[in-house]
Amino acid sequence: MTDSGPVTDNGSWLIKGVTILASGQQGDEPTSILIDGGSVTAIGPDLDHPGARTLDAGGLIALPGLVDLHTHLREPGREDAETVETGTAAAALGGYAAVHAMANTDPVADTAGVVEQVWRLGRTAGHCDVQPVGAVTVGLGGARLAELGTMADSAARVRVFSDDGRCVSDPLLMRRALEYVKAFDGVIAQHAQDPRLTEGAQLNEGEMSARLGLAGWPAVAEEAVIARDCLLAAHVGSALHVCHVSTAGSAEIIRWAKSKGWRVTAEVTPHHLLLTDELAAGYDPVFKVNPPLRTEADVAELRRALADGTIDCVATDHAPHPVEAKESEWAEAAFGMTGLETALRVVQRAMVDTGLLDWAGVADRMSVRPARIGRLTGHGIPPAAPAEAVTTAGASKSRNTPFAGMELPGRVVATFLRGVPTVLDGKLA
Amino acid sequence: MKRHLISAADLSRADALLILDTAEELASLADRPIKKLPTLRGRTVVNLFYEDSTRTRISFEAAAKRLSADVINFSAKGSSVAKGESLKDTALTLEAMGADAVVIRHGASGAAHRLAGWVQGSVLNAGDGTHEHPTQALLDAFTIRRRLKGTGARGAALDGLRVTIVGDVLHSRVARSNVLLLSTLGAEVTLAAPPTLLPLAVGSWPCEVSYDLDSELPKSDVVMMLRVQQERMNAAYFPSVREYSRRYGLDAARMARLPGHAIVMHPGPMNRGVEIAAEVADSVRSTIVEQVANGVTTRMAALYLLLGGMEFPATEVAQ
Repeated sequence: MTDSGPVTDNGSWLIKGVTILASGQQGDEPTSILIDGGSVTAIGPDLDHPGARTLDAGGLIALPGLVDLHTHLREPGREDAETVETGTAAAALGGYAAVHAMANTDPVADTAGVVEQVWRLGRTAGHCDVQPVGAVTVGLGGARLAELGTMADSAARVRVFSDDGRCVSDPLLMRRALEYVKAFDGVIAQHAQDPRLTEGAQLNEGEMSARLGLAGWPAVAEEAVIARDCLLAAHVGSALHVCHVSTAGSAEIIRWAKSKGWRVTAEVTPHHLLLTDELAAGYDPVFKVNPPLRTEADVAELRRALADGTIDCVATDHAPHPVEAKESEWAEAAFGMTGLETALRVVQRAMVDTGLLDWAGVADRMSVRPARIGRLTGHGIPPAAPAEAVTTAGASKSRNTPFAGMELPGRVVATFLRGVPTVLDGKLA
Repeated sequence: MKRHLISAADLSRADALLILDTAEELASLADRPIKKLPTLRGRTVVNLFYEDSTRTRISFEAAAKRLSADVINFSAKGSSVAKGESLKDTALTLEAMGADAVVIRHGASGAAHRLAGWVQGSVLNAGDGTHEHPTQALLDAFTIRRRLKGTGARGAALDGLRVTIVGDVLHSRVARSNVLLLSTLGAEVTLAAPPTLLPLAVGSWPCEVSYDLDSELPKSDVVMMLRVQQERMNAAYFPSVREYSRRYGLDAARMARLPGHAIVMHPGPMNRGVEIAAEVADSVRSTIVEQVANGVTTRMAALYLLLGGMEFPATEVAQ
């Protein structure tokens, strides 16, 4: 697929025959994209550029490089599960140009030192940009605000703060966090989970949890926190981002908050767009995730909310775990699923093949909007990455994917980061 | 029949009746001077118990021994990887020892299910977390049939019998297995409990639900009392132990409202004075001691049918 002819100009690429549906403009006509000096310099059917390497992209679709608002890279601390190197390689293979690295590492990313370390590791790896997320509270303890301003002012320029994995459940602390980050245009990304309503919870509370004898995880534990946080964000006039929305009721609350004009954004994971709690029937913890897989009705409503823009974006919540963390009894097993390498294909199946979203919509929900929410400049600008949609050869260190053995459409052929290919022919470049 | 007995849902009506009839056959053995059958000679049955349960373990042990199987008791308290060996590694160890059947009691729902994926032999679920306890349901069905239909009731199911299960259904593996098995056998099951101790989705189960025990008693052929676990007593499932006992405990006054033929069951161990009063537990209606005896017979039947039905290894045939 790549032309291995003589290269005289290393910096330029001519992507031929590609269809740009990502720009939002009309036109399914194949065209060419010229990338020169790190950015797209021309788009048109008859482009030529002497010395440029060409990529025959006939039949492929160009999307802007994807942006993930929710990735667990595990480094520092759990390098047995993932490292910045392996996680970003997985991201590139999935079509991602930037990922937000969650703060629940060991040590927790609650100081300028740790966020700068992660940021630097990302630059060294080079597969995609790594934007660290800072913890809201010290050690994710939910008791005392971390030094949010210092992290914002650090080299990592943190704008998204989250205790993800834990909920900032104290309403006063949540109010203060929302208020405080207004000073530097920050956003609090809340993992909405009432801790008391979910003590020991294992699976969505419903028919499956009743039958399987697994402690139920009620939808209201998520929805009540989201409703409270929307009200708090409105009260202090700040920006709230709701992580991994998993229930129909949550989508309804967010739709209501947006209708008020409040600064609320939300994400949904690929797995919550495709999978249901029925999959827990065999007690295979590969389907154990926080928030839990919900019902068919929830999946349908989440798809609808993503399609109409109530839910702004798809975020993977890529959560790698070593084999032994999942080869156990359900209650013993770790929460989480990998997702970077399958996200685009899952979205294609759940949203595009169902007619709910076109490719321009995919570009918006997986690149433009997450880049905006994450305050990333230089991302979410269509078009940048030609993709048909993810690869099978894994780069993540972990294998806890719920999509193993599932037929998914599409694949990522190539990913470009600032004009430089990070993936070609579905392999790391 | 399936290779494993993990859920009462694994049993068709024919399977369940076959187990009950086989148990009835084996019960006659108990009256003989030599109580042993050679059926499972040379077979190894492992009792893998992650929770203390002397009653169930001894019951399975006696059942396997009366069928001449070799029994290995493997008691492993605490199951987390941090505390010791993982369930999978234990399974591989048992596999290497050549276990033909593994009887597992575990605190985690689904543990038996997981184990079945890692061993070749049959897995018998002796209670997994708050999921199921299918042999308890079998012995309960056997007890109900014997008491209400007589020992000669082979081939008979429980059609039309009204069974009321009372108490902490939410956390009860006994209740889950009984609802499934008794409804398979044609009984009409009603769950009577405070709303806090019923699963929210209980409406999808093959049974009726009532919050009022007193209204259920006059129409019950069987009342099955569930144990109130110590850890529920201070977790806001009900205001106090006394209030629970007042509203859902079976005392002599309530027992008097039962039809004359009705029986009272309890899987044990009992909290006398909480869910069941002493005079009820010790009354002629009570089947609690019989349930223990029937447990051995029913488990013999289950082991016999799960293991005896399998072909002998090629080497044994060659000899």
